[in-house]
Amino acid sequence: MSQSKMKTVVISVNGVEHTVQVEPRMLLSDVLRDELGLTGTHVGCEHGICGACTVIMDGRPVRSCLVFGVQADRAEILTVEGLAGPDGTLHPLQAAFWEKHGLQCGFCTPGVLISAYHFLKENPHPTRDEIREGISGNLCRCTGYQSIVDAVELAAEWLDRERKSKSGSSTAQTGKEVNV
Amino acid sequence: MKPAVFEHYAPTTLEEALLLLDEFGSDAKIISGGQSLIPMMNMRLARPKILIDINRIEELNYIRISDSEIQIGGLTRHYQLEHSREIEQACPLITEGMKLIGHSQIRSRGTIGGSVVHADPTAELPVILRTLGASVTLASSEGVRTVPTEEFFLTYLTTTIEPNEILISVQIPRPAANTGFAIDEFTLRKGDFAIVLAAASITLDDQGRVIAAALGLGGVDGVPVLLNEVTEGLIGYPPDRDRIEACCGIISELVDPESDVHASAEFRRDLCVTYGRRVLERAAQRAYRL
Repeated sequence: MSQSKMKTVVISVNGVEHTVQVEPRMLLSDVLRDELGLTGTHVGCEHGICGACTVIMDGRPVRSCLVFGVQADRAEILTVEGLAGPDGTLHPLQAAFWEKHGLQCGFCTPGVLISAYHFLKENPHPTRDEIREGISGNLCRCTGYQSIVDAVELAAEWLDRERKSKSGSSTAQTGKEVNV
Repeated sequence: MKPAVFEHYAPTTLEEALLLLDEFGSDAKIISGGQSLIPMMNMRLARPKILIDINRIEELNYIRISDSEIQIGGLTRHYQLEHSREIEQACPLITEGMKLIGHSQIRSRGTIGGSVVHADPTAELPVILRTLGASVTLASSEGVRTVPTEEFFLTYLTTTIEPNEILISVQIPRPAANTGFAIDEFTLRKGDFAIVLAAASITLDDQGRVIAAALGLGGVDGVPVLLNEVTEGLIGYPPDRDRIEACCGIISELVDPESDVHASAEFRRDLCVTYGRRVLERAAQRAYRL
């Protein structure tokens, strides 16, 4: 048996529905990258250690190398490509990583952003220790994490300001136009 | 780093899943959260011909709490237990333990049934369930049986589950009101497998004396270990520091860990004493505060 039966998978990624034919053994990370061309999701270790392939699946962060594409049938996925606005305006989290230089080579960044995105939803006012814990499932070999923690801390501040101004009136001032 | 070819079945009822197990026998493997199985498949350490994917069997995902017990469906995911208010009130040891399992991403997918049948002796859930005196319920097309965790775990990654069975639930006796709990572990990095982990429960009477206690350890043997010889010495006394320390003196004689690439046997033995004492002290403090 060299190939198993192909299966049809309907998957919504960043709000766009896709129908793809995949082998059951194809990992969600490979479905996103190779079938849908969304190469923002990075593949590092492919056994659930590095966190580079983290995506949001039905509202929770998952390692897309530890989910088969067929298991994501009818799921809603958010990848790093879905963070910025349609016009390319950075999400406050991305803007904060820009501002604080929360990356060096950038390979781990998509996973870190997605993990931090979910973390800040669960915990909008984190301490630095909590931020460290929140991104502990993502390995970065360049930064030593200091600037990543700085960036998440700044993003928390900006997102908070944005929520407050939204409940008030005008748009938030992050220095850049942002999309939430 | 890509899995070998397999056929994928995704039944939506338990009955259907059990029939598939009967049909395919040892060629089939159940996949639940997949957080241990998929890495092994990616590295081709596991090459199941057929995967029976139980993720869509919603009837196995539940938390039910009665006056006498906590029942958790096998497909209940770690994050659901981590965030359940009812679980936190009924048995805070589970809530505290969940936060030690892997990372948030792992807890999104991992299930209680998967973790228990995988039976890694350094995993949190087997130790927690053993400490709490829990039992597991297994179903096959022939019927259902319930096994105490004391008998369920046989050795490393091995349990008494039969090839035609699926773990459908775990049952935990509802802890008494005056019970304090604690769990802690030694890991090299946050979220790694524990080198040693320890869980404790202490129940006090109205005078603050211990009427029941348990100390569970992981990472020291092929199965979770319950050290009744240690906690027996607490019964009838207030669990103060000196008493706990005196009782923990024998831990190093009771455990017989092995050396491996992560830690020597000697270091593991030291960790058992330190973490055993630490969780007992913390559980006692929490029981006092109730």
